[in-house]
Amino acid sequence: MGKRILAGTHFMNGDEACAEGAIAAGCTLFAGYPITPQSEIAEHISVRLPEVGGVFIQMEDEISSLAAVLGGAWGGAKAMTATSGPGFSLMMENLGLGMMTETPCVLINIQRGGPSTGLPTLVGQADMMQARWGSHGDYGVIALVPSSPQESFELTVHAFNLAETYRLPVLVMSDEVVGHMYERVDIDPDKIEVVERKKPSLPPGEFQLYKPGPNLVPEGMPSFGDGYKVHVTGLTHDERGYPVLNAETQHQLVVRLKEKIAANSDDIIRVEETATEDADVIIVTYGISARTSLGALNLARDKGLKVGMLRLITVWPFPEAIVKSMAQRVTGFVVPEINLGQIVLEVDRVVRGDAVVRSVPHAGGDIHDPAVILEAIEEVFAHAG
Amino acid sequence: MPVKSKSLPTPELLNDARHPMEKYLRMDRLPHIWCSGCGLGTTLSCFTYALDEMHWTDADVGVVSGIGCTGRAAGYLNLDSYHTTHGRAIAFATGLAVVRPEKKVVVISGDGDLFAIGGNHFIHAARRNVNMTVLCVNNFNYGMTGGQFGPTTPIGQKGTTAPYGNFENPFNLPYLAASCGAVYVARWTSLDARRVKEAMIEALKRPGFSFVEIISPCPTNYGRRNKIGDGLDELRYYQENTVIRHGSDPRHAGIHPGKEIVVGCFVDEPRPTYLDLYNELVVEKNQFEKPSTLKKEI
Amino acid sequence: MATAVTKRWKTKLGFLYIQEDQCKGCNFCIEFCPKQVLERSKHFNAKGYYAPTVADAEGCVNCTFCELICPDFAIWSEKTDPEVGNEDVNHG
Repeated sequence: MGKRILAGTHFMNGDEACAEGAIAAGCTLFAGYPITPQSEIAEHISVRLPEVGGVFIQMEDEISSLAAVLGGAWGGAKAMTATSGPGFSLMMENLGLGMMTETPCVLINIQRGGPSTGLPTLVGQADMMQARWGSHGDYGVIALVPSSPQESFELTVHAFNLAETYRLPVLVMSDEVVGHMYERVDIDPDKIEVVERKKPSLPPGEFQLYKPGPNLVPEGMPSFGDGYKVHVTGLTHDERGYPVLNAETQHQLVVRLKEKIAANSDDIIRVEETATEDADVIIVTYGISARTSLGALNLARDKGLKVGMLRLITVWPFPEAIVKSMAQRVTGFVVPEINLGQIVLEVDRVVRGDAVVRSVPHAGGDIHDPAVILEAIEEVFAHAG
Repeated sequence: MPVKSKSLPTPELLNDARHPMEKYLRMDRLPHIWCSGCGLGTTLSCFTYALDEMHWTDADVGVVSGIGCTGRAAGYLNLDSYHTTHGRAIAFATGLAVVRPEKKVVVISGDGDLFAIGGNHFIHAARRNVNMTVLCVNNFNYGMTGGQFGPTTPIGQKGTTAPYGNFENPFNLPYLAASCGAVYVARWTSLDARRVKEAMIEALKRPGFSFVEIISPCPTNYGRRNKIGDGLDELRYYQENTVIRHGSDPRHAGIHPGKEIVVGCFVDEPRPTYLDLYNELVVEKNQFEKPSTLKKEI
Repeated sequence: MATAVTKRWKTKLGFLYIQEDQCKGCNFCIEFCPKQVLERSKHFNAKGYYAPTVADAEGCVNCTFCELICPDFAIWSEKTDPEVGNEDVNHG
């Protein structure tokens, strides 16, 4: 039996680290479809899954890949898929099915230049709003964003845990550079906490598949064949899981799907602050853009400019409270991201004019030049005058 | 019909009699939504009798269905039942089947769901020979959405989106299933209820990808718009126009108005399943541990 | 569906049951019963359909075809007497 947790220090790229994170988290099913720049995840996990008694299946497209993951999850597996922009778009309808049926699983998106075929081998971060609003209808979303192979490993494990805890597909929104860069990855079994699938505590007949617990999350998920005769449907359904097609049931269900993330956001949100205590300007960024922003931060500090960085590890739910409190004491924010301004809209929405918010866009295909970020920082300082 | 002149026999009145197939039905969700004269109720009935004859329970079998009138079947069955997105039932079922190989996953869906939007998943699951039984209720149109023509609508027949008559060459489902590698392929009409039940049993018993097409009346849409009449008239048409040819070449099972409809069992050839090959060529060859879930594959 | 009132007729080999109010009047059972046991009842059921009624209980051989083809689980058969002759007719 192959080992699930490869304790030790490794030199691997972000994609492979995602695959190892999945294996460490107990993944027993990967269903995916080849797409650059995600290939190394599928290739690596196709070696590792059979070693640990899991199943790797390459499906005929991304639509069926996520469908198979949802099916596997209801079969009792910890299941995952991985893709990039074009596949991410194809997965949207079934992502909605996963949300509506509260199916725990993990969907990794190694973002590349878009739209459309775009830049298959080059970086992009322009799927961030799609991650939040991509499928039709309202639902809550958790999206984690790694900035390194080490974090790709850790956040994939964390994604599986969040999926089981909050019963939904959890997104890991990496990007081509983080996915393809090789760095040191330390795997320490003592630091790895794995949340197992919770089974119902009530017997069949009493148990209700979608009766929420105090944290608005259904308690216990039976698997196919456990004797609970579940009915799982994408139709609006009541707490038994039976279709009930009226506004009242819709309100009860869909508000809960959103609230179960919003109400628990304090437990979900993770950020990393660098030199923000005395900062007048704070860089709000995520993923690979945080690595280039660190460069800009240092350049600014060298010039005596008090600059800090707020790195979003969870982009969704968006850490509103932290940004709002920072807005009371800083001159402004700069938001470098490899898109034409997406998460900056959230910053702007939350700051509401209490401070300057300056987007640092990039159309994709490359990471920011730190000098460009520095220029934006200096503009904000000049604005403060 | 000869009406007996003598007075009708008087029945007893009972308050607690229960239908023998209640154990397989979510009684609290019946009566179902299907129209009077539709063949879907018959298909559901035959399925419950097939399970009963095999003494199967929810420990042995689960149902996945797509979107459309047939898609509602999963909701009426007192089993683990999963009502998925349009066209994606087979892909969902693939994930379920490879994770729970000791159980049989049954996909019950319609002609539009399985062979228009879901066609890609059908041909690949059959090619891979994933362990599942696909029951397709073919009523030649999209009933739920109001009667549009579909990928099996015979040439010349009308649909709400084929007001001048369908001109597209339709699929021949047994031929399609056979060519993709299904190990068991049969077609009956819902009038052949006993044979539908038998075919379901044969399909459920065989490991790998098995397929049963159930031609079924759709009085509200397809039947009305093509002047076939009600469900009874459509069954009478099938009674007159179907011919049983077991083992015949499915290539000749195409459906054309006015021509005979060939029914029967077209294919019955076992083949190693997806997980058989996975275990033999990946797991055992490399002495890996059997997939944690694989106890035995029926 | 609540436990509806069920009518039961004695047949040679057992019983035939009909839950009138489940019937949607498709007439499949009446038309295709091999022994013409059934006919349309004279009164509406709760939904306004003419459910089947037994015209010739003696004729019924509990072959279960009505039960199989019924789309609404409104009719079923039960065999009680040990099988007389015809072996392959399966249970109701």
